[in-house]
Amino acid sequence: MKTEYVLKMEHVSFRYEKENVLEDINLAVPKGAFLGLVGPNGSGKSTLLKCVLGLLKPQQGHISLFGTPIESFKEWHRIGFVSQKANSFNSGFPATVYEVVASGLTAKRGMFRFFTKNDKQAVSEAIEAVGMSAFAKRNIGELSGGQQQRVFIARAIVSKPELLILDEPTVGVDVHHVQSFYNMLEELNEHLGITLILVTHDIGTITEKVTHVACLNKHLYFHGKAEEFEKLGEDALSKFYGHSLHVLSHQH
Amino acid sequence: MFEAIWQYEFLRNAFIAGLLIGFAAPLLGVFIVVRRLSLIADALSHVTLAGIAASLLLGKNFPYFTNWNPLYIGMGFSVLGSLFIEKLRAVYKHYQELAIPIILSGGIGLSVIFISLADGFNTDLFSYLFGSVSAVSRQDAWTIFAIACLVTAMILLLYKELFLLSFDEEYAVISGIRAKLIHFIFIVLVALVIAASMRIVGVLLISSLMTLPVAASIRIAKGFKQAIVYSVLFGEISVVVGLLLSYQLDLAPGGTIVMLAVFILLATLMWNKWKRG
Ligand SMILES: Nc1ncnc2c1ncn2[C@@H]1O[C@H](COP(=O)(O)OP(=O)(O)OP(=O)(O)O)[C@@H](O)[C@H]1O
Ligand SMILES: [Mg+2]
Repeated sequence: MKTEYVLKMEHVSFRYEKENVLEDINLAVPKGAFLGLVGPNGSGKSTLLKCVLGLLKPQQGHISLFGTPIESFKEWHRIGFVSQKANSFNSGFPATVYEVVASGLTAKRGMFRFFTKNDKQAVSEAIEAVGMSAFAKRNIGELSGGQQQRVFIARAIVSKPELLILDEPTVGVDVHHVQSFYNMLEELNEHLGITLILVTHDIGTITEKVTHVACLNKHLYFHGKAEEFEKLGEDALSKFYGHSLHVLSHQH
Repeated sequence: MFEAIWQYEFLRNAFIAGLLIGFAAPLLGVFIVVRRLSLIADALSHVTLAGIAASLLLGKNFPYFTNWNPLYIGMGFSVLGSLFIEKLRAVYKHYQELAIPIILSGGIGLSVIFISLADGFNTDLFSYLFGSVSAVSRQDAWTIFAIACLVTAMILLLYKELFLLSFDEEYAVISGIRAKLIHFIFIVLVALVIAASMRIVGVLLISSLMTLPVAASIRIAKGFKQAIVYSVLFGEISVVVGLLLSYQLDLAPGGTIVMLAVFILLATLMWNKWKRG
């Protein structure tokens, strides 16, 4: 059987100003994969995701989503996203947790349509999945940063996307919830077959969970199965990060 | 006043128009405030003023225009102004708020030119600036009714898109929502409501009817829907009580309505403080 690719990037280069931030990226994510995307600060991880989400347009190369060139891709509801700066919203915004999570269904329902009973059920389930049911009627601005982050995760999964992209989603989330969050991701991946792309600095934890790893620092240094990545050993990784990983894990 | 409402048609018109505006203005206002666009209403109201002044000037010089309702030309200017604001906001991507003073001063400049060409102020103009209970014709009331219906329908139909766009514009764009189109529809609605409101609250005070009730409601509301309900409630109270007072005391309704909105805002702030101890 031919492998189906959810995301394909070919020779993609992107620059904000003069210098390339991404250079000649070739990346293919098969359906059902759980890809961990790692790299030091400023290595272009968020930029790469923005290109995939159609927020930025690469100067060179080609991106396709679900086999469709990104230029003509229309089914954005098949993709969920949790942004790195998700909780940089206006904290005085009068919206409940429930309303924020429901907004994740906007595109799926389509213009001029109202939410259905099933939608409401899906919203409650998504809130439940991130353990925020007790807060459903609270204003989002009244929650802690970590709780807000969980709400944004719920918003991303409520539409049952086929591809879920997460940019450091666990920043500010406590250890206990990080663990249950990773378990939740694993479940989404294994049981529902959702393809995941996860940016994180937490290499230790993810190597247990992910199926594929990509190491980015302007170029793609490594891209392959998790087992192959582990074979590289810590030396190669330290070299890639430019400093000891031990230090890195202390920072986070 | 209640007996008077049944007696005098002009009072009935004013009352109906007031109720409609007390509903539509805060309804749009909620989205304006949370998107931090409060000043857009100000800019557009001054453009509307230019349209009214132009209409009065035309009426003075060309008999053909004498019977034209200034509402329509005001509306035309307001909608054009909203399109300009959108254009300017796109040009000054990183200084989007610049669009507002540009349009605002343009509107005042034009108004002043038209007014002086028409040989200065007359009572008609005064009523457009600060509102009037006696100025609302049956035709005005019907126009305002049509606009209120349009606004309600569009907000209902686009509610979830507008909510997402207001809460998280980036996410809205990623979701593939037609952000530009929806924003465009929204700003045209704002322009229409501003023009519609000028008979009652007046051009200079309409923006406060869009923002003050919302400012009060977001202090106490749990969630967005509640914020809308409270905003509309506060807007209606301001308009109804303001109209009654203005009739009883023979004041311009714009003033009494806005002062009531201010009063409600202060009351909610105090209520909040008291509740928190
Ligand atoms: N809007 C922008 N305009 C200009 N340069 C930018 C912009 N955003 C990011 N950059 C630059 O692009 C490079 C890559 O940034 P990016 O945000 O993609 O890094 P990252 O890998 O996500 O880092 P982090 O781990 O800190 O999140 C950085 O050098 C950054 O300075
Ligand atoms: Mg980043």
